[in-house]
Amino acid sequence: MNYRLGIDVGGTNTDAVIIDEGLDVVSQVKVPTTSDVYTGIMNAVRAVLASGCINKRDITMAMLGTTQCTNAIVERKNLVPVGVLRIGAPATAGIQPMTDWPEDLRKVVYKSAIIRGGYEYDGKELNPLDEEAVVAFFSDIKGHVDSVAISGVFSTLRNEQEARAGELARQVLGPDVHISLSSEIGSMGLIERENATILNAALNKVAKTFTQGFEKSLREEGLDNVSLYLSQNDGTLMSIEEARRYPVLTIACGPTNSIRGAGYLSRLSNAIVVDVGGTTTDVGALQNGFPRESGVAVTIGGVRTNFRMPDVISIGLGGGSIVRVHDDGSVTVGPDSVGYKITSEALVFGGSTITATDVAVRLGLADIGDSSKAASIDEAVARKAMDVIRGKVEEAIDSMKLSGADVTVVLAGGGSVIVPADLKGASEVIVPPHSGCANAIGSAISKVSGYYEKLVSYDEIEREQAIKLATNEAVLAALDAGAKMDSVEVVELEDVPLQYYPGNMVRIRIKVAGDLA
Amino acid sequence: MRKIGKKEINDIATGASLLGAGGGGDPYIGRLIALNAVEECGEVTLLSPDEVPDDAFIVPIAMMGAPTVLCEKAINGGEYKVLAQMVESYFGRKIYAFMPIEAGGVNSMLPFAAAARLGLPLVDCDGMGRAFPELQMVTFTLGGMSATPMALTDEKGNSCIFNTITNKWTEELARSVTMSCGGSVSVCLYTMTGAEMKKYAVRDIITRSERLGSAMRVIKESSREDTEAEFLEITGGYKLFKGKIVDVKREVRGAFNFGKVVLEGIGEYKNHSSYVEFQNENLAAVVDGRIVATVPDLICLVDCNTYTPVPTDALKYGKRVLVVGLECYERWRTEAGLGLVGPRYFGIDTDYIPVEERAKV
Repeated sequence: MNYRLGIDVGGTNTDAVIIDEGLDVVSQVKVPTTSDVYTGIMNAVRAVLASGCINKRDITMAMLGTTQCTNAIVERKNLVPVGVLRIGAPATAGIQPMTDWPEDLRKVVYKSAIIRGGYEYDGKELNPLDEEAVVAFFSDIKGHVDSVAISGVFSTLRNEQEARAGELARQVLGPDVHISLSSEIGSMGLIERENATILNAALNKVAKTFTQGFEKSLREEGLDNVSLYLSQNDGTLMSIEEARRYPVLTIACGPTNSIRGAGYLSRLSNAIVVDVGGTTTDVGALQNGFPRESGVAVTIGGVRTNFRMPDVISIGLGGGSIVRVHDDGSVTVGPDSVGYKITSEALVFGGSTITATDVAVRLGLADIGDSSKAASIDEAVARKAMDVIRGKVEEAIDSMKLSGADVTVVLAGGGSVIVPADLKGASEVIVPPHSGCANAIGSAISKVSGYYEKLVSYDEIEREQAIKLATNEAVLAALDAGAKMDSVEVVELEDVPLQYYPGNMVRIRIKVAGDLA
Repeated sequence: MRKIGKKEINDIATGASLLGAGGGGDPYIGRLIALNAVEECGEVTLLSPDEVPDDAFIVPIAMMGAPTVLCEKAINGGEYKVLAQMVESYFGRKIYAFMPIEAGGVNSMLPFAAAARLGLPLVDCDGMGRAFPELQMVTFTLGGMSATPMALTDEKGNSCIFNTITNKWTEELARSVTMSCGGSVSVCLYTMTGAEMKKYAVRDIITRSERLGSAMRVIKESSREDTEAEFLEITGGYKLFKGKIVDVKREVRGAFNFGKVVLEGIGEYKNHSSYVEFQNENLAAVVDGRIVATVPDLICLVDCNTYTPVPTDALKYGKRVLVVGLECYERWRTEAGLGLVGPRYFGIDTDYIPVEERAKV
């Protein structure tokens, strides 16, 4: 029997699970997240191995959803100096790189230049790439940086110039230089794409350190047989080599993992997921197995990128939410919470604060701690508090729904006991086993993806044929990344015409995803 | 007279996204262009309209084309000098100050870049008090003023001056040139005297935009939950509806995005429905079959929790929005104003009734 190890680092807890070949949970643990993240991960790994009673050699895959890159950017720690080359002059000179970056983070860029080149919206060249200027820039920064970020106007349409500049960078700066190309990292919108590309290049050392550290530590724990993967914000996995090249893609993977994990545990691909923590509840939507995306761009450490987050609403309700009875007899729940002190402050744990958890115990929804201590809550108060909880959750669910029809609701997270099982607007409410660790499970069951992008002329090849060939290439990439052949499916396909470009040119982009073999 | 620096520009950009009334393009890219110019060349002097002499030569600045192209292919920064030299030599006059033509969206920001780069002041006014989709939809048309001679330049240095027989022709010709230049160009048009500006421009709109923006920032930074009443009070807005987007129908005709967003009520609007029609900007809001607001009043969709304006190109299934109506500039409510930007011009067969009147019912 082979097993996989899933780890998810959250703000409060680090979760780890071991699941078997049938993707059933064998063991799960929750330990506090540490400020260095790494120690918490290793504590979780040791604890889950200790409780799992399985042969370490049988663990063949380990998936990690981590906040290390996010933290490095937010805390401005261990970032390396970057040389930034933008291809597009005379256009774009009116916005220098990092114009709206926070002062302290701007320092990460050693030097930047905007040189001639780039494309128009229809794929025509704005200017040919100024190779002399490229070489001059890289010669100038040689010896000062080991990491470069290259962006180009409309490079998501055509990336030949970015690729050529990358080749020249390697010739000038040597084979070991890290090169981040914007066309491989972001989508349309030059500044946000460039921002993400610079951050990616600056994370080069962090990525190297944490991937090597993770790898080495797992080996030391006796997991010699394991392939490592990192969670991305789109719910798919990267190999450790890819994570070293594109570390910035690991940011914001947390909510994605929770929603996908809850979906997996309930064997559903469409549902509303209610993830109840100690202080807040995140409500998200699972659509065809993936979280529904929000329109809001991810801002990280004060820098705007064009990555998308899952569409999640957070409400101030959790297992530790404080219940108050007011003079007029009304009862409120939250938004403040005793948080991680629940194990000492809640009534059922011998404390003196009425929490949402105490109310659930009082009404017999949960059996936690010393239930006799919850008996001191007046039943009418408990019922009123439960009505408030129910109202908050029902409203959040309703605002995530796409139509008036009832939906299946999946409860997850450590605090889910406070939510009643009969919710208005829900056709059924499911609390799958192990849902407390849905996030780590989401990490463990992630798929691997394959990506392919090409400019083709529909005058030379028929659309259907071109898409078929491109799909094959993407599938090969997914297989290369470790996907099981029969599980691979297309998750994203677009063919965008390059208007006014001779020969009916289109850009085909295709992304496929499949289960790990 | 006062100075406008980075902080003010950030607030004005936030206000401008609301005054865009769903269109005008994301001020984000314009904000970066303005910030960059201020960083390189220093703060901008903002003049009240009354501080401008009657015989001063005033030049409005804007971009033309697709804001999405501008987001990928930003300007060079040298365009404003090219434009200034062109109009100064054409008219044989020195520019006294720049002004924006449009207070909503990306065009609210570009005149700051022009003013900073040329070291000229900016006048606290515009020609719309919001954003509108067509070139002739400015208060200056009411004064019989012409958009041309209009100067146009791209980031490559191509430039020309248009002399046209009507503003519609200007629109037609300038759009063709814009496409050939790569989809986004810088222009100056409706050049005027200080006297004309004082008579026809929407006054103090930059200051209003800044107030809106700073209020929205303060609300966003506060951790209180019930800020809706405060938001409505500060903006002077009428609450028209609150709902979840359940459908977005779109159609591209010419340079315009036509469409309709359908909302299903939430909160106190539960079991009610609404839709908002748009042509780049929002045109009309209908609740339970009854019209509650139309152009030229501003119809703004903002995020229910953060009050961040949701432009028509970002409308998405499932998003929860508050629909707010703002009173337009009073001159738009005259017969001539409504002929230019009233509901019937946009194909909505109804008389114009001011949003505050409709809200009384």
